[in-house]
Amino acid sequence: MFAYGWVGPALWAALGAFLVWNAVNLEVDAARIQRGLARAGTVFARAFPPDFQRWPLLLEGIVESIQMATLSTALGAVLGVPVAIMAARNVAPRPVYVLGRGVVTLGRTFHEIIVAIILVKAVGFGPLAGMLTLTVNSFGFFSKLLAEQIEQIDRGQVEAVRATGAGRGGVLLFGVLPQVLPRVVGLTVYQWDIHLRQSTIIGIVGAGGIGTTLYNSFSRYDYDFTLAILLVIIAIVCVGEWVSAWTRRRVQ
Amino acid sequence: MDATPRSVTRGAAAAPRRWERYSRGQRMTRLGLRIAIALAIVWSARGMGVRWDWIADSPAQLADLFGRLLPPDWSFARMLVAPLLQTINIATLGTVGAIVLALPVAFLAARNTTLNRATYLFGRLLIVVSRSVDSLIWALIFIIIVGPGSLAGALAVAVRSLGFVSKLFAEAIEEIDRGPVEAVTATGAGRYHVLLFGIVPQIRPAFAGVCIFRWDINVRESTVLGIVGAGGIGFVLNEAILGLEWARVGMILLVILGVVVLSELGSAWLRQRLT
Repeated sequence: MFAYGWVGPALWAALGAFLVWNAVNLEVDAARIQRGLARAGTVFARAFPPDFQRWPLLLEGIVESIQMATLSTALGAVLGVPVAIMAARNVAPRPVYVLGRGVVTLGRTFHEIIVAIILVKAVGFGPLAGMLTLTVNSFGFFSKLLAEQIEQIDRGQVEAVRATGAGRGGVLLFGVLPQVLPRVVGLTVYQWDIHLRQSTIIGIVGAGGIGTTLYNSFSRYDYDFTLAILLVIIAIVCVGEWVSAWTRRRVQ
Repeated sequence: MDATPRSVTRGAAAAPRRWERYSRGQRMTRLGLRIAIALAIVWSARGMGVRWDWIADSPAQLADLFGRLLPPDWSFARMLVAPLLQTINIATLGTVGAIVLALPVAFLAARNTTLNRATYLFGRLLIVVSRSVDSLIWALIFIIIVGPGSLAGALAVAVRSLGFVSKLFAEAIEEIDRGPVEAVTATGAGRYHVLLFGIVPQIRPAFAGVCIFRWDINVRESTVLGIVGAGGIGFVLNEAILGLEWARVGMILLVILGVVVLSELGSAWLRQRLT
């Protein structure tokens, strides 16, 4: 805990004051709550029952989302392994390490929506921009966790390979990679699961997938179609999570 | 995984014994899986609808974009203080809201404290729905209900975080030591007192860590909620993008980078202290 007794209570007091100030700033009053509840009633009445009649549109969006997630995961694994090696303190020389860390930090700081906005500008509207967005995201998650894994490898095997006279490439290929390979598979599947979730929203800024369909249904007040899309998203995300959990259990 | 140590003995005199890491069936399964993955990747690539002329143009587009983003409009930073505070407000209020909502849900979704099978499934259902729908989608929903602004943002963050926080709380509850619970029960305490004095003290350390961790995630998510109209710095970002004021966009991105890094450092420091 804290070295000085007053730090803890002071933190709590500051948090409390901040929250009160926060809540005041929200400008919530009885009239607003009442209006909100009335509108919520209307929305839910319009949303039920969910409307699956436009299922071809729904299917198209979902398929696009899955394709974006799959391709970006593959690309992210291929490009992410070198980045992870660069970002691992124990195998990369200092300047390379700094560069690798920089790529990882950039990949995880910006929310995928912001990356998507930039990439939509670069390669135009559509799933390709979304796929590239998710690939950038791989550097922040896949590469980061893999780098941490590489930092924890057993030195013995690396030294043994080096003792045979192997160069840097040989050491990486036969001393480092075999030790982290199961982890690569596990992380790849996990990353796919995350990309599947993210692929449902980046369509909001035009980067393809079910997000585009969803956003359009919101702007057209087709709440029954919105609900149908949401139900399918929940189902797909659950299946993805289950597949990834099952595979990770098998591999590790 | 491919480094299959095979010791194959094919001596003329020795018995023709062959040691292999995988059986024939396993090899077939592995081959099949690999083909399936390769096919899935090819199928996905075909769905991307790649326009090569757009790709050929993309370096020029990116150079153009960064040429406009940089240098950032430093004077715009003054205007960003208020939206930035709003973003942090959204993240903080949303996290607090999520914690308040998560406590009952976690007790329902933990196998050892739930009332019966139906309540357990109900708790799990809430967690799944909350976790599967992204905060931006929740924001869209709450904007319809309460109108654009930071209230919609805070509600979106709260509902989105509910599943994450409840899930981790529920796991912490399932891992508690039965001893203190039985001791409190033995004093004749009711259900409520058992919760308060037998279970809650045991999950407090995990609790603090989860809350701070989620707050950190929420700060990052709150930076973009404004893009759909839910307040904070994302709102200014969207306006700047729509107005094609790229130097301002550059400044906003820089501020977001700073805030996210700071909140991560701060939360890491706090978590180390508290847990």
